[in-house]
Amino acid sequence: MTLQSRTPSPFRAPSRRNVVRGALGVGAAALAAPVLTACGGGPAADPKTVTFGSNGADATPKKAYAGVTGAFTKDSGLKVKTNTVDHDTFQKSISNYLQGTPDDVFTWFAGYRMQFFAKKGLAHPVDDVWDKIGSGFSDAAKQLSKGQDGKYYFVPLYNYPWAVFYRKSVFQERGYQPPATWSAFTALAKQMKKDGLSPIASGYGGGDSWSILGAFDYLNLRANGYDFHMSLMRGEVSWTDKRTSRTLDLWREIAPYYQEGAGGRSWQDAAQSLLDKKSGMAVIGLFLGQQVTDESLRDDIDFFPFPTIDPSFGQDTVEAPTDGFMLSRKPKNLDGSNKLLEFLGSAKAENLYMGVDPSNVAVNSGADTSKYNALQKKSAELISSAKHITQFADRDSDPGFISTVVLPGLTQWLGHPDDGSALLKKIESQRSRFFTA
Amino acid sequence: MSSVRSAPPSKPRARPRPRRLSAGDRLFLAVIVGIPVIALLVFVWLPALASIGLSFTSWDGISLSDIHWIGLDNYQEIFTNYPPFWPAVQHNVVWLLFTALLPTPFGIFLAYQLDRKIRFTRIYQTAIFLPMVLSLAVVGFIWEIIYNPDNGLLNGILNGVAPGHHIDWLGDPNLNLWAVLVASAWRHTGYIMILYLAGLKGFDPALKEAASLDGANERQTFLRVVFPALKPVNIIILVVTVMESLRAFDIVYVLGGGVGSKPGMELLSLLITDNIIGESSHIGYGSALAVVLLVVSLLAIGTFLVQTFRKEDQ
Repeated sequence: MTLQSRTPSPFRAPSRRNVVRGALGVGAAALAAPVLTACGGGPAADPKTVTFGSNGADATPKKAYAGVTGAFTKDSGLKVKTNTVDHDTFQKSISNYLQGTPDDVFTWFAGYRMQFFAKKGLAHPVDDVWDKIGSGFSDAAKQLSKGQDGKYYFVPLYNYPWAVFYRKSVFQERGYQPPATWSAFTALAKQMKKDGLSPIASGYGGGDSWSILGAFDYLNLRANGYDFHMSLMRGEVSWTDKRTSRTLDLWREIAPYYQEGAGGRSWQDAAQSLLDKKSGMAVIGLFLGQQVTDESLRDDIDFFPFPTIDPSFGQDTVEAPTDGFMLSRKPKNLDGSNKLLEFLGSAKAENLYMGVDPSNVAVNSGADTSKYNALQKKSAELISSAKHITQFADRDSDPGFISTVVLPGLTQWLGHPDDGSALLKKIESQRSRFFTA
Repeated sequence: MSSVRSAPPSKPRARPRPRRLSAGDRLFLAVIVGIPVIALLVFVWLPALASIGLSFTSWDGISLSDIHWIGLDNYQEIFTNYPPFWPAVQHNVVWLLFTALLPTPFGIFLAYQLDRKIRFTRIYQTAIFLPMVLSLAVVGFIWEIIYNPDNGLLNGILNGVAPGHHIDWLGDPNLNLWAVLVASAWRHTGYIMILYLAGLKGFDPALKEAASLDGANERQTFLRVVFPALKPVNIIILVVTVMESLRAFDIVYVLGGGVGSKPGMELLSLLITDNIIGESSHIGYGSALAVVLLVVSLLAIGTFLVQTFRKEDQ
């Protein structure tokens, strides 16, 4: 999930009528159509225009995208017609959107989530584009942009790592050391609690339950390794596997150190408690920086990679969700779209974007990193040193499975973290419903 | 209504034949009746039937050729192996009972008190009715502020009385449903009050007078005279209460953060949207859940209609 979606305005809640219409199945398409296809018909025949469906509805990304498309128009003479839709709505109606008359190029996420739509034939391969932009990307980024059929479907723009964030001054004042191993980590949490801090800031209330997945992913990756984690995410191994129970057992060890009342708090409030020095650490993404309003505070924030659990895996994996672009299945202006994607995959576009929105890290290796702040530099190093890059549970797996089965289960369990086997059985019983095809 | 067409054939001679409708009138009638009928069929019955049909299939909502007929599998799965289903049913029932037993009678009580022309009655009426003017989603926001774990009103008071204690109103699965019910009751009470007050305003005071002449006390007057005499309003209130409980959705959606069902707050309506809306939709599965809700609603409405009309007929 991306940061922009993390301030869900409840005004966005679909009206009851819409929901019922959706529930009745037939009207489902109508739900998305008026919003998302608003500019479907008109510019179709215009070879000078490319349509761009953007989910960057918040002020910062909107401005950043406008800058990028403006520069493209200047370079190529092609007009870009941007159709911005609120982030959550965009996500929820994506499959209707892609089946209707989608824009030529649209914003989306790397990983299973992209592959799902590629497999369903709702996206156009972009191998031609990759022939030209490929040199700017690492192998890991290339891997992330391919569908299951081996063709490219995705052009990455930026990513951001998940890690354990803290305030340098708090660690200095109290003489804490960033822990590298699990035992040091739990000992530190214990010490923080003794010192009257909430050791691990957490807020997974309401719509923010996704935020606990960062901890789950890292625990599983550190304890069981990348390969097991990915098989688990793709529904290839049983959730009742011994290794998954071990992940929950480890989680149970640190659950008592979670901030109290987490089930009713937003991630923003949890992040704020870290900034206010009420909590000691937070397992969160770089987008934590969005909470910073006082720039002098930014220099006081640091992070360390999630500690090692099993030395044979070490800290070889970094969770770094990647956002970028895809091409809809029947673009009205294929040539123009390819040109736009080429531009979006260039270092120049990344520089333009990052200049406006500094809470991410560019993926293109040619991008200018000289203006990065300390956190961005450290993030870029962390990501480039990783052997494996994961996206995030809801991007590496079927998002429906994660949001309707795994998340409610995990949040409920985390409230009373007892023996996890009942929970795992419950999740396992639903697995086949999502991973048959 | 349809006396023109259904009149027995022997009668027309006895009466003057009704004037035939002119072409213009017929066109007018066709338009005014036809359009709503078509709209009803297309927008209500067709989706309802399609939904029932789809509930026997497995479909991801993407291409029509992917619809697979799987018979009763969805239902079997829902009833035997869908963890949030039974909690959702239970919560719907709790919702109905709670609404029927607390805010509804309380609304009636308030209406009865306010009808007695006490001082400042208009202010009370306005104050109690005010929440009703707000959309349920906005009511959700207001209560979100009250329930906030860090700086919410309730925990603020709690912290003043017993420092260090902390109640996770919306996060605790054993508590959050009740927290939401209180918020919904806050609004429902005013609704019922205004409906009942309207009924009381139209109530013939002579009946009350007669009752008091007969020596009835307040309680007897209300239970034996006023309440039965206000039957039409009572029926409306009952229908409103049942409907509000079955369609409960928005306030839970808002207080749950706008992403479908949460532990402790599962409701059938939320499970339906969970499965249908989103990136990987399970249209068939969601439709089956929708059919379950439809059947429950029809049972409730049907029972009620049968009861009412049977009494009317007698």
